[in-house]
Amino acid sequence: MTRPGFALARPGQDQDQDGDHGPAAPDVLADDATADLRAERAGSGVDQILDSLESDLVGLRPVKTRVREIAALLLVDKVRGRFGLSSGPPSLHMCFTGNPGTGKTTVALRMAELLHRLGYLRRGHVVSVTRDDLVGQYVGHTAPKTRDAINRAMGGVLFIDEAYYLYRAENERDYGQESIEILLQYMENHRADLVVIMAGYADRMEAFFASNPGMSSRIAHHLEFPDYSLEELAAIGELMLREQRYRLSAAAETVFRDYLARRMTQPRFANGRSVRNALERARLRHASRLVAADGALAKDDLMRLEPADFLASRVFSG
Amino acid sequence: MRITQGTFSYLPELTDEEITSQLEYALGRGWALSVEFTDDPHPRNNYWDMWGLPLFDLMDAAGVLHEINECRQAHPERYVRVCAHDSRQGRQTVALSLLVNRPPAEPGCRFDRQEAPGRRLRYTVHPYALDRPAGSRYGP
Repeated sequence: MTRPGFALARPGQDQDQDGDHGPAAPDVLADDATADLRAERAGSGVDQILDSLESDLVGLRPVKTRVREIAALLLVDKVRGRFGLSSGPPSLHMCFTGNPGTGKTTVALRMAELLHRLGYLRRGHVVSVTRDDLVGQYVGHTAPKTRDAINRAMGGVLFIDEAYYLYRAENERDYGQESIEILLQYMENHRADLVVIMAGYADRMEAFFASNPGMSSRIAHHLEFPDYSLEELAAIGELMLREQRYRLSAAAETVFRDYLARRMTQPRFANGRSVRNALERARLRHASRLVAADGALAKDDLMRLEPADFLASRVFSG
Repeated sequence: MRITQGTFSYLPELTDEEITSQLEYALGRGWALSVEFTDDPHPRNNYWDMWGLPLFDLMDAAGVLHEINECRQAHPERYVRVCAHDSRQGRQTVALSLLVNRPPAEPGCRFDRQEAPGRRLRYTVHPYALDRPAGSRYGP
């Protein structure tokens, strides 16, 4: 049994040498060779993810464009690596800003899978944390907590929801600052191991970055998640219903749109999440209507939502 | 004299890549990893100092390797080992213990003889390093 790399190297000397990109890698292509981008693309299965992103998520045009750009960059980087043109891992830390329910978490999950398929992340799992998971309660508690979260996310994505809570401007002895410093250090030194995605509302993220310029400059991609239009919300509802094997009757469709139009103007509207909640409640009413009717049921009766299931909502009475 | 204890200690030093694949093997079996260090090389010394808390719920070895490197940097003149703990028995059992750092110069150990009644001899292993106070055992 021969074991490559078995020389008496001192530990710590040759870490992080990715065999694919090293100049001594045996499969470096000649200068006049050509690489097949299409084959590389098909081999990585990236198109499936991009297609499912396109079909599963409604709207979000700017986000999808940016995701495609990142995918293209990594793909080209991979092909460049075959010619020995290694350019080091690009910085892929991201910031997702947008109102509640605009799909930030969902896109983060897809992003992790995409980066995994493209070989940028080794595992492609997502560790979702908030301030509570990173910041400790007493002196010396924060660093181990933050390191623990980061270590769990190694090889995948660290998703920090509502990241602006990490920094509390009103309390300068807040431990959040310590957590931010550790994060920064890892974001800089472990680019190949970890992608940090921060998410939150646009205005508060703005304030957070203003007081932490180091953080802002280390995040290469700022993605803005726009609010959904009425058309898009209706399409989201349609998609959710299809997944749950329900459908709207023709009359219910117009009522549902009317419901959405009213709900959008009301406070605490949370885009996709509000749509999901509305449908959950409609399912509830649908079920109790069927139980109350107490008769023989066809398959279609079990799938079809009627206007009455929506009209009972508070949105229409208010 | 080169101290040998734990897994693979008869082999030449493992490189970081080889250590990483060992760590990945451990993580793949669901073992929790921890980093420990000491300057008492006696083979029966069970009380190594912990480098932070054991690392649970990891997916990837990069985090452990980072902790190892931090520990090596802080204690270049001590022994550092990684332990993998198997919890399937309902208690944490050490399933793998790997030396990942050793002092640059190891003076080794000697046998001490003790005369016991009836011409019996008792032997004990005494590391030369222990003649110096803890904390400065492998320094210049």
